[in-house]
Amino acid sequence: MIRMFGRYLILMGEVFRKPEKGNIFRKQLIVEFQSLGVESLGIIAIISVFMGAVVAIQTAYNIDTPLIPLTMVGFTTRQSVVLEFSPTIISLILAGKVGSRIASEIGTMRVTEQIDALQTMGVNAANFLIFPKITACLLLNPFLIVISMFLGIFGGWLACITTQMVSSQDYIIGVRYWFESYTIFYALIKTVVFAYIISSVSAFFGYYISGGAIEVGTASTKAVVYSSILIIIFNLILTQLLLT
Amino acid sequence: MIRANNISKSFGDTRILKNISCTFEEGKTNLIIGQSGSGKTVLMKCLVGLLNIDEGEIDFDNRVFSKMSNKEKKNICKELGMLFQGGALFDYMTVEKNVMFPLSMFTKQSYSEKLDRVNFCLKRVNLENTNNLMPSELSGGMTKRVAIARAISMNPQYLFCDEPTSGLDPLTAGLIDDLISEITNEYQTTTIVNTHDMNSVMNIGDKVAFIYKGELWWEGTKDEIMKTDNIELNDFIFSTELTRRLKK
Ligand SMILES: Nc1ncnc2c1ncn2[C@@H]1O[C@H](COP(=O)(O)OP(=O)(O)O)[C@@H](O)[C@H]1O
Ligand SMILES: [Mg+2]
Repeated sequence: MIRMFGRYLILMGEVFRKPEKGNIFRKQLIVEFQSLGVESLGIIAIISVFMGAVVAIQTAYNIDTPLIPLTMVGFTTRQSVVLEFSPTIISLILAGKVGSRIASEIGTMRVTEQIDALQTMGVNAANFLIFPKITACLLLNPFLIVISMFLGIFGGWLACITTQMVSSQDYIIGVRYWFESYTIFYALIKTVVFAYIISSVSAFFGYYISGGAIEVGTASTKAVVYSSILIIIFNLILTQLLLT
Repeated sequence: MIRANNISKSFGDTRILKNISCTFEEGKTNLIIGQSGSGKTVLMKCLVGLLNIDEGEIDFDNRVFSKMSNKEKKNICKELGMLFQGGALFDYMTVEKNVMFPLSMFTKQSYSEKLDRVNFCLKRVNLENTNNLMPSELSGGMTKRVAIARAISMNPQYLFCDEPTSGLDPLTAGLIDDLISEITNEYQTTTIVNTHDMNSVMNIGDKVAFIYKGELWWEGTKDEIMKTDNIELNDFIFSTELTRRLKK
């Protein structure tokens, strides 16, 4: 375990260098935006809407005393979605989708000797392959999460008006109630840390494969498992640090 | 000329290369032959610096690899081209982009200069008008040829080929061998070829080194190889029915 962490640090030392050619790096970054971000939009949208809807329905269902106003539904949905569901759950989903993709892409390049080919040409392969991916995730995931927050709250509203448990007006009042911008800051900090975990841990598992196609599969599974666990652990740590 | 001086390499407790000393000459195709698993690829990866050697020294025209700074190592990298066993083409790039890659990475040439060079290299390997194909659309022989084109795009002084003919039919294999040998003569490169293919040995074996279980077992030319009485080498050469019959 400690050896693995050491190798991870060494790899990151290689990754965080100035790219050989700025224009090539920019082109790669655009490709990564497309494949790591835009292609995840669909699944994020679906999950966020349903997540928000479920939170709203459950909250409404649990309010059975007239002492608690129904505007609480909007408030609770917003708080849950912004604080936890969007940053953490969506990051876990991205760990599965983006993480396995990064690990298998880099792993395949390793087993087909493409990484060796880069190195014999004198290219810093770790920097060339991994840096654009990490950068893309760090820049893009906050946007994805913000979109997810809006869609989650929208999903809650949709659920309220279709089930007629809460009126549209009450819900919106609730959503706007007692809003602290610090919660957004907290959520985005989490998102950025999780984005770094997903991209760097997955790249690490892909980069150090030896063997063949089976190892590529094993590595992408490991990438997802490790980055998910790390996300959960860091979620706790960051919550302790930032919210208490 | 590339010289390996007493090099050893182990993975964990298994010694893969045992005190190999060998020279590879300029303008010649130097072959490394041996059974699968004998350590040919490991030896080649040590020579190009992909693997670190445990003992010994490697020098490129008297420039000792282990004593070089990272910058000097990088400069050597630009002087060498390598053809990997599976081609190792970048599979998300077209043929043109693959061959152009080293040029884009390390030169300041304009696009049209680079394109000229790419077309020249592709023509050299008889693959004109394949610029826009993806690696997945190429046959085995074409893949190897594109990989050769990429390896020579920077005009290397040293050319390394790991099993260039494995997995190809004898005719295509012959074409690849000829190509490698022509390029070597034309540009006077120091060419090192790993192979277990006796046809290649007979075609292009200017100088042959036989690796047996990680040791340098025999060295000589393709003419000497037929007359040797080295037992292990004989077993290796005359391992097929065809070659045995020919010997009789
Ligand atoms: N990265 C590695 N880690 C451990 N063992 C390796 C590694 N690479 C090669 N080997 C071992 O070294 C031996 C020689 O392999 P190789 O050089 O690929 O043989 P070949 O002559 O067929 O090219 C094999 O037994 C192989 O298992
Ligand atoms: Mg081999």
